[in-house]
Parts: sequence; C-alpha cells; structure tokens
Amino acid sequence: MEKAIKKYWPIFVAPTVAAFCIGFLWPFLQGLYLSLCKFTTLKKVTFVGFENFKYALTDPEFAHAFWFTAAFTVVSTIFINVIAFTIALILTRKIRGTNLFRTVFFMPNLIGGVVLGYIWSILLNCVLSLLAKPLLRLDATYGFWGLILLMCWQQIGYMMIIYIAGLQSIPNDYLEAAYIDGANSWQTLWRVKIPNVMPSITICLFLTLTNSFKLFDQNLALTGGEPAHMTEMLALNIYNTFYGRSGAQWKGYGQAKAVIFCVLVIVISMIQLRATRSKEVQQ
Amino acid sequence: MKKALAFLLAAMMLVACVGCNTNEGTEPTPTPETTEPATTPETTPEAQNTEAPAAAGSVYYLNFKPEQDQQWQDLAKLYTETTGVPVTVVTAAQGTYEQTLMSEMAKEEAPTLFQVNGPVGLANWKDYCYDLSGSAVYGELSSEDFALKEGDTVYGIAYVIETYGIIVNKALLQKAGYTMEDITNFETLKAVAEDITARKDELGFSAFTSAGMDSSSDWRFKTHLANLPIYYEYQADGIGSTAAIKGTYLDNYKAIWDLYINNATCAPAELAAKTGSDAVAEFVNGEAVFYQNGTWAYGDVSSLGDENLGMLPIYIGVEGEENQGLCTGTENYWCVNSEAAEEDIQATLDFLYWCVTSEAGLNAMCTEMGFVIPFKGNLPAANPLVNISNDYIANGYTPVTWDFLTIPSEEWKNGVGTALAAYAAGTGSWDDVVAAFVEGWASEYAAANS
Repeated sequence: MEKAIKKYWPIFVAPTVAAFCIGFLWPFLQGLYLSLCKFTTLKKVTFVGFENFKYALTDPEFAHAFWFTAAFTVVSTIFINVIAFTIALILTRKIRGTNLFRTVFFMPNLIGGVVLGYIWSILLNCVLSLLAKPLLRLDATYGFWGLILLMCWQQIGYMMIIYIAGLQSIPNDYLEAAYIDGANSWQTLWRVKIPNVMPSITICLFLTLTNSFKLFDQNLALTGGEPAHMTEMLALNIYNTFYGRSGAQWKGYGQAKAVIFCVLVIVISMIQLRATRSKEVQQ
Repeated sequence: MKKALAFLLAAMMLVACVGCNTNEGTEPTPTPETTEPATTPETTPEAQNTEAPAAAGSVYYLNFKPEQDQQWQDLAKLYTETTGVPVTVVTAAQGTYEQTLMSEMAKEEAPTLFQVNGPVGLANWKDYCYDLSGSAVYGELSSEDFALKEGDTVYGIAYVIETYGIIVNKALLQKAGYTMEDITNFETLKAVAEDITARKDELGFSAFTSAGMDSSSDWRFKTHLANLPIYYEYQADGIGSTAAIKGTYLDNYKAIWDLYINNATCAPAELAAKTGSDAVAEFVNGEAVFYQNGTWAYGDVSSLGDENLGMLPIYIGVEGEENQGLCTGTENYWCVNSEAAEEDIQATLDFLYWCVTSEAGLNAMCTEMGFVIPFKGNLPAANPLVNISNDYIANGYTPVTWDFLTIPSEEWKNGVGTALAAYAAGTGSWDDVVAAFVEGWASEYAAANS
C-alpha cells in the first residue's frame, strides 16, 4: 500500500494541481500582468508599467476604503466571535429546545448577501425614520453600524456551530477533573474550555477576518458606498473603479487595486493564523 | 508533518478564498438564447434565392433594453427564418450592461452588435467600433444628428428617440380644479403644486410622486432633471459641451428640486430610500398628480388609461420657458464590433438595414417595441406619450436636447445624486450640490480626459 502510494502519487495529486493552476494560479498571474497594463478587453492590452499602482496608492478614496474596511473588520470580528462563543456556551448546556435554537440561529446564513442587505436596509431605514434620524445612505456612522449589525446577524450562527462542535469535543474527563479540583465555572472556561477550543477559534477568527475584509454583496446592497463613498469597502471600491468608470485607464487602476487587496488579505491571514496557532494545545 | 499538512491545507483554503477576488473580469454571463437557423437551406430554397445576404456570417446582438427582450428574440427568429442567417440576441440584466459587454467582448464569440450610451460611454469602446459611415443603415437615418460621430468617422447610430417630461394624471389634476392649459411656466406649476399640497388632506393626493434617491430612481434627478440647467447654460453660452460648467442656472435647479421634495407624497427625509417602483405605485394608485419620467415608462402607467395621461415640460423658471417643449433625445447607439470577422460584420450590417427598412422590421421596432426610430421608415406610434411629444414639436415648442450626454462621467452623477439626497434630508446643504455640480464637473472632466 505504502509503496503503491509512493509510486502513483502524481496521479492523485494531478487533478488538484491542475484545478489549482487553472482556477487560481493562471488567473492570478494574468491579473498580475494586467495590473501593469491599460485595457478594456483581454484582446487589446497595452503595457504601462507601474502607473496603475501609482494611481491606486495615491487615490484618497481607496485609502478611505482601506481604513473603513480595517475598522469594520476589527469591530465585526470581535462582535461576531464573542457573541457566537457565548451562544455556543449557552446552547451546549442541557436546556430544552437546544436543537431548535441552533437551527434558528444558523438560518440567516442560508440567505444570500444581496437579499439580506436589501431586507436590512428596509428594516433599518424604517427604524431610523421612526427615530427621525438620517437614513442609512445619508450617514456614514449609521451605515457602518448597519453593516456590523447585518454581518453579526448573518455570521454568528455559522461561527456558533463551529464553537459548539469544538466545545462538545472537549473530553468530559477534563471538565470533571476541573470540577473535582474546585475550579469555578469562570476558571473552567478560561483554563480548560478556551485552550481546548483554540482550533475552533483559529478557524472562526480566520473566517470572520477574511469574510469581513472581503465583504462585497452586503456592502453593495445595504449602503452602496453612500454617502459619497464614505461607506465603501475595498471590494466595492475595486468594483466601482473597474466597472463604474468609462475609459480604458480605469480597468488597469481597478486591477492594480485588486492585486494590492489580494496581497493584503494574504498577509493579514498569515499573521493571524500564526498568532492563534501558537496558542493551540494538543489533546 | 501533521502541522505542515495542516498549514498547507489552510493555505489552500486561503488561496481559494482570495482567488475569487483577483479575477474581477469573470462575471457570470447570461446564457445566450440562440435562435438556430430554424430551417436548413435545402428545405427553403426560395428563402435562399429571394433574400440577398448569404448565410455566411452570423449576428450576435447584445441588447440593452430588457423591456424589449422578447420582441428582439422574435425579430431575430423571423430574420433567421427568412434569410437563414443565424441571429443571437442576448439581453443584459438591468444595470449590468457595461459589465456584461466587457466580459462578452473578451470572448471568442463576441457580440457583433452592441450599444453605447453616447460620447462618454463611447470612450470605453471606441477602439472596437466599426466605422459605419459607408453603411446602408447610416444612409437610412432621417438626420445626421442621430449618429455618434467624430470627424468623418461614424462610431454609432441611434436607433430610438425618447422623450421625458412631467407625466400628468389629468383626471386628478381636474379633481384639484386645474387643467393642463393652466400650467405654462414654473410660476404656474409651483402655484398648482403648492395649492394641491395645501389641500392634500381634503383632496386625498399629493402633487408629486416621491423623488426617490435609490439607484433605481435617482437618475431621474441627477441626470434627467440636471439636464435642464445644463441645457440652458449651453444655450446661453452658445456651446454644445464644456470642460467646466459654470452653474448659471443652479438656482433654478434648486427651485424645481425644492418644489419636488416639498410637495411630494412623503417627507423629504425619506426620499433617500425611495425606489423607482415606489414612485410608479404612487402614480398608478392615484396618490400623486405629477411623475417625472419619459415615454419608455408608458408600460408602467398605462393602467391609468390613455385619456388620463398628459405630459408637461419640466419648467425651471427660465425666461421665455413658455415656449419650452419636452426633453427629446437618445442615449442608445448601435455600434458594430470592428473586431468581428468580415462576414459577421457584413451580416450585422445587413440585419440592421433589414430592421429599419423591411416591413417586418419596422413593424417590430415601431409597433411592437413602441420605439420612435430616427430612420426614414419610422411608423406612427401607438404610445400616447410619444404622440404627446410629437404634438409639442408640431405646435412649435422647442424640444430640449439631451445635453446630459456630455456629463463627464457616472461619478459626477453620483456626486450630484448624493448631494441632492443629503440636501433633501437636511443632512447637507445646497452648497454641497453646487460643489458637486460645478467642481465635480471640472475634476471629472479632467480625470476623463487625462
């Protein structure tokens, strides 16, 4: 068996490698090249060097989108994970209707982002207009918190499921031992449960971090970047640069922004993975 | 080992996550509804003999107007049946034309016929436009003004002329004690609207439908309404486009916008979230007398009955506006893809010529699609709003041209739209609108022409 695998491994690896090359490597390299060009379609491409990057890095709207996205990512990652973990703790106790609650909390995740954004824009606008406050599209602060609310509502259920799985996989012996040693529930949580669900925390942090950073649909549907690009996140900014403008130069600008964006996401995720992985314990 | 494997898996997942974002160009494309040649040449020899174009090339039309999708599909099928030339019609979903066009043009089987929305939209596609100056379809235009030209090169040909103004529910206007003839300028329009607002509770309806600033409706104000101050400034200065707008008539723009937002079905603060369908619903349900829109909206409002529909020019209080007509123009230009194969270009030109000269083509475009076409063969319209606009011209009113085609970019429109919505809600001032209008124009013009 071992020998056969050693002999035939290329056959098993080949499909994945091929898919990876076609689906990621090739488009990525092409994207890299295009970020140095001026183009409308891929048939007519003129090389312009680093001009696009020069524009992208000096564009104040792109910079604003970056800081807005960063703030959004930090706030939403904290909110989603703390709330999801709390709910997971509650729903792993033996209370009635646990399964029903789990299902209900998970359900928002099954609805697409654009639909959610649209529904929430109606809901929030109704509330804001009752309170005689400016509507979502008129005020960047409400837009920001609207997005946070929407993302929490959508993501908490999903993260909760991952945390529940993590909590349930903690061997009962550990909890019993802690109990016998006289640890109170607060100590059990910090000293036993959290170190043991560290793999789940890694996954959840990773997912919320990248999801928030790459957020697009909800941003488009809820605020559309209004007022005047003040709630525009990076992905939407790239989209608007690429599609919302006429003239060949804009495609290159958009592509350059997309490359910067991609590098950012990779770097942030790598740092985060390294940071949380070091805290994991082996069971 | 385990750690390395886990790391590799995580990296793969990450890569898969970010992979979607690097390749912005691959938007999902609509499935083409191909009308295959319904009959093979052997079975219809007469079709082969009677019609001139040989079935060598093929036509692929990327249609902009979803409202007319079915009619184009039928027309394409009919053309294929009579000539044997395959015609594919694909319609882009509302508001996604530019994206769809971009991804379709990158394909091997690119559209041979597409459209741009005027000189600004042309900037994207100029290199892909076949010079139509020598084509037969160009010769069929009723006026050269309907071609999109630069020097002697014809990049595009308009195929539909549209008109907008303030659509009026005449029955409600009568109920309020007025007739169309009472409104001849901004002063009278304002008087009527404010009187209706004052008696709103008693009458049970408002003057204007909600001027919604959602993206489904804001173009009516940031583009169409903005056309009037631009038009009058161009008239006063004797120009047809400009690098820097002065905003001479912005006070008038403010006056009409104030009138719209203060005499509407809802409070001005709520306009930011109102949609196009909200305005249609209010108008059709008899909640408001006036609805700013154009001939293309006939299908939405026809349930009120043709006899109840009227149209007024958008008066903004400029001297001599009693003689002002409706806003008439086009932002739909056909372009032929210069990158397509020689025989496909020829097939496309033949198809266009057939559309605007043959009986079946004219019938489809003028009657079924309800278009007024700028070609010699144009037929009388069934759309009452079109007839109203024709009457205005026949009675000597001066039509307002669509000068918004010279707006430097979409971004300018968005800036003005945001400022208008903020002004209506009270979170911004009129100065912001002026800044977006005047300074936005200069900076966007510079960006577009750098």
